[in-house]
Amino acid sequence: MQQSMDFPGGRVALTSKMKFIFESSEQRIPCYRVLDDDGYPISSSGFEQVSREIAVKMYSGMVTLRNMDTIFYEAQRQGRISFYVTSFGEEAIGVASAAALSPDDIVLPQYREPGVLLWRGFTLQEFAHQCFGNKADYGKGRQMPIHYGSNKHNYFTISSPIATQLPQAVGVAYSLKMDKKDACVVTYMGDGSTSEGDFHASLNFAAVMEAPVVFICRNNGWAISTPVSEQFRSDGVVVKGQAYGIRSIRIDGNDALAVYTAIRVAREMAISEQRPILVEALTYRVGHHSTSDDSTKYRPIEEIEHWKTAQNPLARFRKWVQRNGWWSDEDESELHENVRKQLLHAIQVAEKTEKPQLSDMFTDVYDQVPSNLSEQERLLRETIKKHPQDYPSDVPI
Amino acid sequence: MEAMLQGIGAASASVSPCPVDRYYRFGVASLQSLPVIRPEGRTIAGSILRSCRARQFITKAVAAKADSNATSAASKPGHEVLLFEALQEGLDEEMARDPRVCVIGEDVGHYGGSYKVTKDLAKKYGDLRVLDTPIAENSFTGMAVGAAMTGLRPVIEGMNMGFLLLAFNQISDNCGMLHYTSGGQFTIPTVIRGPGGVGRQLGAEHSQRLESYFQSIPGIQMVACSTPYNAKGLMKAAIRSENPVVLFEHVLLYNLKERIPDEEYVVSLEEAEMVRPGEHVTILTYSRMRYHVMQAAKTLVNKGYDPEVIDIRSLKPFDLYTIGNSVKKTHRVLIVEECMRTGGIGASLTAAINENFNDYLDAPIVCLSSQDVPTPYAGTLEEWTVVQPVQIVAAVEKLSQ
Repeated sequence: MQQSMDFPGGRVALTSKMKFIFESSEQRIPCYRVLDDDGYPISSSGFEQVSREIAVKMYSGMVTLRNMDTIFYEAQRQGRISFYVTSFGEEAIGVASAAALSPDDIVLPQYREPGVLLWRGFTLQEFAHQCFGNKADYGKGRQMPIHYGSNKHNYFTISSPIATQLPQAVGVAYSLKMDKKDACVVTYMGDGSTSEGDFHASLNFAAVMEAPVVFICRNNGWAISTPVSEQFRSDGVVVKGQAYGIRSIRIDGNDALAVYTAIRVAREMAISEQRPILVEALTYRVGHHSTSDDSTKYRPIEEIEHWKTAQNPLARFRKWVQRNGWWSDEDESELHENVRKQLLHAIQVAEKTEKPQLSDMFTDVYDQVPSNLSEQERLLRETIKKHPQDYPSDVPI
Repeated sequence: MEAMLQGIGAASASVSPCPVDRYYRFGVASLQSLPVIRPEGRTIAGSILRSCRARQFITKAVAAKADSNATSAASKPGHEVLLFEALQEGLDEEMARDPRVCVIGEDVGHYGGSYKVTKDLAKKYGDLRVLDTPIAENSFTGMAVGAAMTGLRPVIEGMNMGFLLLAFNQISDNCGMLHYTSGGQFTIPTVIRGPGGVGRQLGAEHSQRLESYFQSIPGIQMVACSTPYNAKGLMKAAIRSENPVVLFEHVLLYNLKERIPDEEYVVSLEEAEMVRPGEHVTILTYSRMRYHVMQAAKTLVNKGYDPEVIDIRSLKPFDLYTIGNSVKKTHRVLIVEECMRTGGIGASLTAAINENFNDYLDAPIVCLSSQDVPTPYAGTLEEWTVVQPVQIVAAVEKLSQ
């Protein structure tokens, strides 16, 4: 009997036993972690030793992020900014993954990764300026709050529609590949993004093109009110990697050291082997989807509370850092106090800063302002002149 | 078909070059109007776009004025090409000139593209610079956006323009908007091109006129080529532009033959082309309809009319300077397009002319378009969804009463 055959695509073994591959494996893909629930390193984890400096910076970053989220969320509730998105419960993913990258790696975020930008040096003031949409905002007040973007930090401007950044990430990787740069692309997405067509095509493209992209999926269990059981029926996101010929791993997203270690290795593989890597970071979205959402309407408060306390990524990492003698309770209260002060100050400054002027409505649509837009601007100014009482007084003309 | 495609139209006296500070100049920093001389002797004033590597364009001072059409003579300057070859030449030249230019699309590599526009480019520049992608238009367009934001200058090919409807989100929200929403931090200098328009029994999904749907997207420019000369020039200009440009080619025009200059040239993205100057009526058209119009023009001339035919070329923005001058001269406008009646380029152009040149019109603008139906497969039905020369002649006659 013929044992194997050459079809387009390669040689396959032949079998006379008809067997369907099961829709799910008997066991789910296990989840990599370094620290246990109490912050003790698991001996067999083989994690990369982190220096005191990096560890403290990572922890401080997570604390800063949490405080920033708390205070900006409050600011939205007070009507001072129009919108905000928190990263409660997912601080480790953003900060620790960024710590594992080089500043030359290009980041294409979804929208729940300000931790990456924070690690890279974006200041609280810069965050505030964007949220207030004032003239100091790098986006010139053109995008909603939290749609940060900074070319000097290699952090691409956030675009609201889901998963559009994924094919773009492949394009960026293509560009790096052409230039043979020692850098990779890192792009983030949520569990919901994996349903978009762009997710599938991007993974496929990246594999075919052997593009150095690290795809990081923050599987936090919820896409607004849609739980993952209604998003897909696969074993999460990690199993989808192999379907596209992509090396993948599932990690504990609430474990800062697991995130750090895994991303370090993923990055190395992506660059040296010129291949994409898929990382599924399991976590939980403790906060609401955004300030426009009240998640208690579709999930039990007990569930939220459980993840908020028992699986708090900050508490877990703090225990490890403190046990190493690198952090103390005094450091903790000092940091919280400092950060809060800075945040309140940043908000005050941002609130007082002028909004972008009228001409910024018409610039950057094209590389230079075309005549039809100049004309439209002229008409607008005429209208404002005629009806000054209807034009907001705090927006410079 | 062949009869329609010959004879771009009898040239009359040369058109005077346009002044440097054009009223509706669109986003071009340094302007230098340099007459670009065509071998037939007509001068068409083109402006040279700002280029990062300063290059001297050699204009060949062919002094002979036009008194006859292009009749083939071995001693004539320039070389003959088919339209798809002209596009390929333009692309090839730009890829040689700037290593950042790359091509992304389905079957553009060794297959050379569905209409052979990228023929042999993969051999010359390699598989990475001429990239074959899996079938996912939204994704490879997104990929091009990402590549552009990182400094490359991708040329995206839609195998048929209609398939780019799948890429609408990336074209509209990302190509068009990211320069703006990022506060100017990221530029997207992409070119999106492909064959569109009504072909020969290709069915409704392969007969789309996407310029209708895309015209509202802020941040992009749209141009339509119609001759080998302007095809090459527009391709080069589009690649050099810092803005995302959509270049509309037509399925039925790829085999048009014309003699084009040997020396390098670029045409302006924002200028219309005067095809046939006249006095009685302004006929505005673009792409394949230009040839139906010129066919009708022959009949009209025989009947004693003197139509002015302008190929608008720039679909977004409109070259209202050239168009306005024409309207001020003739006072009657006929628009001939292939778009559907509702929401097409003709509809926008009618509004723009009415708004800007209402005082100069002696009669309401007439717009001939395709009907609001999907293009049928049956040959006779398909023929009648597209504006025919007889209709154009009748419309001019009615307009001139």
